[in-house]
Amino acid sequence: MSAPTTPAPLNPDGSRRTFMKQAGGFLGLALAPPFLSQAERLTALSKKVEGVSTISLKVNGTVRSIRAEPRVTLLDALREYLDLTGSKKGCDHGQCGACTVLVDGRRVNSCLTLAVMSQGKEITTIEGLAKGDELHPMQAAFLKHDGFQCGYCTPGQIMSAVACVQEGHAGSEAEVREWMSGNICRCSAYPNITAAILEAKTKMG
Amino acid sequence: MNNFSYIQADKAKEATAAKRDDKSAAFIAGGTTLLDLMKSNVENHDQLIDVNLLPFRGIEMTKDGLRIGALERMSDVGAHPLVAQQFPAVAESLLLAASAQLRNMASIGGNVLQRTRCGYFRDTAFPCNKREPGTGCPALEGDNRNLAILGTSETCIATSYPGDLSVALIALDAVLTLENAKGKQRQVPITKFYLLPGTTPQRETVLEADELIVAVTIPQTEAARKSKYLKVRDRASYAYALVSAAVGLEVQGGTIRAARVALGGVGAQPWRCSEAEKMLVGKPATEATFRAAAELALRGAKPREHNAYKIEMAKNTLVRALSEVAV
Repeated sequence: MSAPTTPAPLNPDGSRRTFMKQAGGFLGLALAPPFLSQAERLTALSKKVEGVSTISLKVNGTVRSIRAEPRVTLLDALREYLDLTGSKKGCDHGQCGACTVLVDGRRVNSCLTLAVMSQGKEITTIEGLAKGDELHPMQAAFLKHDGFQCGYCTPGQIMSAVACVQEGHAGSEAEVREWMSGNICRCSAYPNITAAILEAKTKMG
Repeated sequence: MNNFSYIQADKAKEATAAKRDDKSAAFIAGGTTLLDLMKSNVENHDQLIDVNLLPFRGIEMTKDGLRIGALERMSDVGAHPLVAQQFPAVAESLLLAASAQLRNMASIGGNVLQRTRCGYFRDTAFPCNKREPGTGCPALEGDNRNLAILGTSETCIATSYPGDLSVALIALDAVLTLENAKGKQRQVPITKFYLLPGTTPQRETVLEADELIVAVTIPQTEAARKSKYLKVRDRASYAYALVSAAVGLEVQGGTIRAARVALGGVGAQPWRCSEAEKMLVGKPATEATFRAAAELALRGAKPREHNAYKIEMAKNTLVRALSEVAV
């Protein structure tokens, strides 16, 4: 068990107070080992996480808390705990890109990311792209260019494509193909996906 | 994936001491190799020590060369102007590796410690001397198309490091800075970091249990400035190398003054071709010279049933890479 001076590192809004409040509520009910005071327990848990703990994730602008083990990936947290099933589980090994989300604006494979390590970061999923009924230009371009058949890889393709454009890696068809190679499409809609990205680029500003 | 406890270390000593005290613990930075292997039960750890808060960041020129913090991400290092301009082989090795997503996640320290893609190592239904010492190596007589032809042993023919970066780092004489649980640092040339399989294929590097990679330093040379990483794959992008070459040449008036040559995808470790380098120096920078160097580099190759193609492919890759940097 570790030093009491360590700050709670992972709360999304930067406030230790909020973290303590959230954690304390749950822990007081469920997790109280008899030999530790609540204060000691919270300090220890802010440091070393064993078993189920409260994990706070800021997804599409909203902070939500789940109770999960450290082994839960960000992908499983989104799909199984937060009911955000837009991000897809394809290979679950970082090879297909179906699980692609943005973390602090960078595209990552959420299947190889731990939820517990994603606290305090801005997570954007496919559900966070549209503004109400107004589609993101990338979503609209995928529709217009028929950038899919079965659609299973599409949320990952679109998230990856948004990042690809924002990174400045959508300068040509060849560049798009190279920088989108982490997203596999079993239906092989690549020409249409490429066309969609090149068009969306002109509308993303 | 089996469950584990998780700790986020604020100080290097906290991380290295936790690792020293728990033989089953592992450091996690990007997690792209580690979680993949843990999901496959190839690696099992009861504790993951998150090192991302440690101050091992930064990409800067020092008197010893370019110093890259071990926690910098592949995408950031690959795109850095100093790397692209002064060490093109390093930038290319990073940007031709993996996918944009994985490059955003994977750290430099973790990249150097990638583990083999040998299918028998990655599938726990098979025996594997690297995964479970003494159980045997089905690759010797099995599917060995992707495996090594140089530096192998009768216990293991894996390309122990399947990646790209270390091939460039070995060619350019990079030095790793390691730190242990006593807070003591040591410098290890990357040419001495990897271990050949011999009879202990489970021991892949000289890294001690409580040591963490802190930084990589690459000396600044003319050959590094005129360097290149050429990668040959089954598909155009997002695949491991069948064969790759990291080369650098310093040419004056058509004569080679300095040469750096390393191969990926063919060796039991990233493969420095010292004999070929020595042979190149003082010779005219012509295709005939490069062809002779390539012959020398592959002289000791021991192919198996499915990977003899790598000999000719490696020679051609070397000749093309050397020809392109000689211009």
